[in-house]
Amino acid sequence: MIGRDTEFDACAADALTLEVSAKAIIADGVCQLTLREPGGHRLPDWTPGSHIDVILPGDRVRQYSLCGDRWDPLIYQIAVLREADGRGGSLYIHDELHVGDRLRTGGPRTNFALVPAERYLFIAGGIGITPLLPMIHQTQVLGVEWSLLYGGRSARSMAFLPQLSYYGDRVTTWPQDEKGLLELPTAFAAQPAGTKVYCCGPAPLLAAVEEIGADWPKGSIRIERFIPKTAHAPVRDDPFEVHLQRSNVTVTVPPGTSVLDAVTTAGVTVLSSCRQGICGTCEIPVISGTPDHRDSLLNDDERARGDCMLVCVSRACSNRLVLDL
Amino acid sequence: MSKAHDMSTEAPTAPQPSMNDDPFSHDILENPDDFHRRLRDAGPLVYLSRHDVYAMGRYEQVHAALRDWQSFESAAGVGLSNFRYEKPWRPPSLLLETNPPHHDAARAVLSPILSMRALRGLRDGWFADAEHLVDEIADRGPLDAVTDIAQVFPLRVFPDAVGISEDCRENLLAYGDHVFNAFGPSNDLVAKGMSRIAAISSWVNSQCARDSLATTLPDGHPTFGAQIWAAADRGDITYQQAPMIVRSLLSAGVDTTVHSIAALLYVFAANHDQWDRLRANPSLARVAFDEAVRLESPVQTFFRTATRSIRVGDATVPDGKKILMFLGSANRDPRAWTQPDRFDLTRDPSGHVGFGMGIHQCIGQHVARLEAEALVTAMVKRFRRIELIDTPRRHHNNTLRAWESLPIALTT
Repeated sequence: MIGRDTEFDACAADALTLEVSAKAIIADGVCQLTLREPGGHRLPDWTPGSHIDVILPGDRVRQYSLCGDRWDPLIYQIAVLREADGRGGSLYIHDELHVGDRLRTGGPRTNFALVPAERYLFIAGGIGITPLLPMIHQTQVLGVEWSLLYGGRSARSMAFLPQLSYYGDRVTTWPQDEKGLLELPTAFAAQPAGTKVYCCGPAPLLAAVEEIGADWPKGSIRIERFIPKTAHAPVRDDPFEVHLQRSNVTVTVPPGTSVLDAVTTAGVTVLSSCRQGICGTCEIPVISGTPDHRDSLLNDDERARGDCMLVCVSRACSNRLVLDL
Repeated sequence: MSKAHDMSTEAPTAPQPSMNDDPFSHDILENPDDFHRRLRDAGPLVYLSRHDVYAMGRYEQVHAALRDWQSFESAAGVGLSNFRYEKPWRPPSLLLETNPPHHDAARAVLSPILSMRALRGLRDGWFADAEHLVDEIADRGPLDAVTDIAQVFPLRVFPDAVGISEDCRENLLAYGDHVFNAFGPSNDLVAKGMSRIAAISSWVNSQCARDSLATTLPDGHPTFGAQIWAAADRGDITYQQAPMIVRSLLSAGVDTTVHSIAALLYVFAANHDQWDRLRANPSLARVAFDEAVRLESPVQTFFRTATRSIRVGDATVPDGKKILMFLGSANRDPRAWTQPDRFDLTRDPSGHVGFGMGIHQCIGQHVARLEAEALVTAMVKRFRRIELIDTPRRHHNNTLRAWESLPIALTT
């Protein structure tokens, strides 16, 4: 086969394996991780509100919002709240993960895109500040009016207060131990028509925001809801089998090799382009088996359906995938 | 230099390669191969004195720079005209001629509408339409592959999918031709379109209005146009943005596909062994189309603008200067491709930059592939050979590599 001689500078072998390049405690119980591609390559682009999947040892998948600067293509930043009674992912990150360690990741993708508005009201509860930080930066760039209502257990537990103080009275901080619960009705009542509300935080806060905004115009209230994927099949780090039904070829995909490369090596050409799970060129229908989606393109419904996958980055949860190829 | 971010801000250490050629001259538009070769050989970054712009002709730099939107911006226009200093001839595209964050909402709305998953609903209809077209041309004798096939099929299925009425669709060809000429200098090609462009622009803009657009296709699928306006109802874009996004489909989705399909038919007419290979394995249709897009690069060039002083190899592009990305040259760069001038269905053309790369990569690429796949699949089932029966003639456009006429005979 003749083809390209040069390799893409995208890292495509096993979705994205990133290296922890910095780790810092930025508030009580909150640590910030800076992640980079080990070769120093560009990372896939993202938009405010995006999150990445982080695959932790024991094949646990956790989702964290990107809270850094998209104008820096070389790093991702996430902030992780230590949840002692959580499912163990945050404890691992806080207690066992070190600078120089590597993590497999998926995405970035978003269910929480910043859409045009005449004004924004951002409402953060605790660690829910993370997706809102890049939104606030972007809103500044766009020159649109905004305000932030930021609640937390105590000022010491609230991350990014120094950065936010730069914005002056656009930011209202609301430590619960000093001021009690957020006064949402007051915040909502102060908003002119054309405002869009972006809220991220604990479930009761999201529910309260949705209730108060129930009679606002369609699309005005936007919330980020992370639902733990309890039914998610475990991520595997061993080989799996891919059968190409139309070509009647079966290939084994070892760890560190993409489905795309395994299939191409077996002599079946699959068109691809970005090799980062972004452009969608290598989307292939899945006939059976459970894909492990790592792309930036499919939404939650499409993922749950499991009837197609982007073979440049996505893999398998099941022992075998049958593809319409 | 292997990565965009290696393009540093240090001072140059060697004299900058420079060329005096006008890439928009008729000689080069007729056949750019020799110019592209000299451009690539001159260096990774070359100054084009005629237009006071910089140029990249090698795959590595073009690919890297297209992805590096932070350093090479689009909002100053992707043509020669620099929007930092000059007023654009039409309101800038929300997709093509914007940077993040202004670019985000339009891209986020359009991307799922034109995704491969969404297009699966159109597939059967387009394959049937292609069969009809093949029925119509099968016994007609000598044909022009441009006017009888390459223009006909996209103008039938794509405006239908957008929701555009049947009347005056040929305006879309003239509009697209002018839009792509206008990315170049104000030469005779731009002048040629000026007399009609006001009327045609006004027609195009009127087609983008909500009440001009059909809401559903005959089979009940919502049209692209209706889905764009529905996104405004959801608040994902504004009502001012919706018609502009429809306009993007009409600007960028017709001429490009017409010329891509013409390119595909030409390379098959010129390479009978590859047509035989496709007949033996029709599932290569998609690969064939991308290989044709790589080889012929229907969109030859786009400009970017340096957001800072950027060093590329030993040369430097100053802040605010335009850089012309030669997609067609990158796609034939022997540093990146084996036997780059050969049309070869055993090649994996993945990674070509014929659709661009990065956040501004052609959002309609899956639409173009499906149109081409439908058409060529119908043709390969019916015809043993595509034969050139007279000298083909190039159509000159400042941005597009195109055919005016491809006289062919189809052998059943």
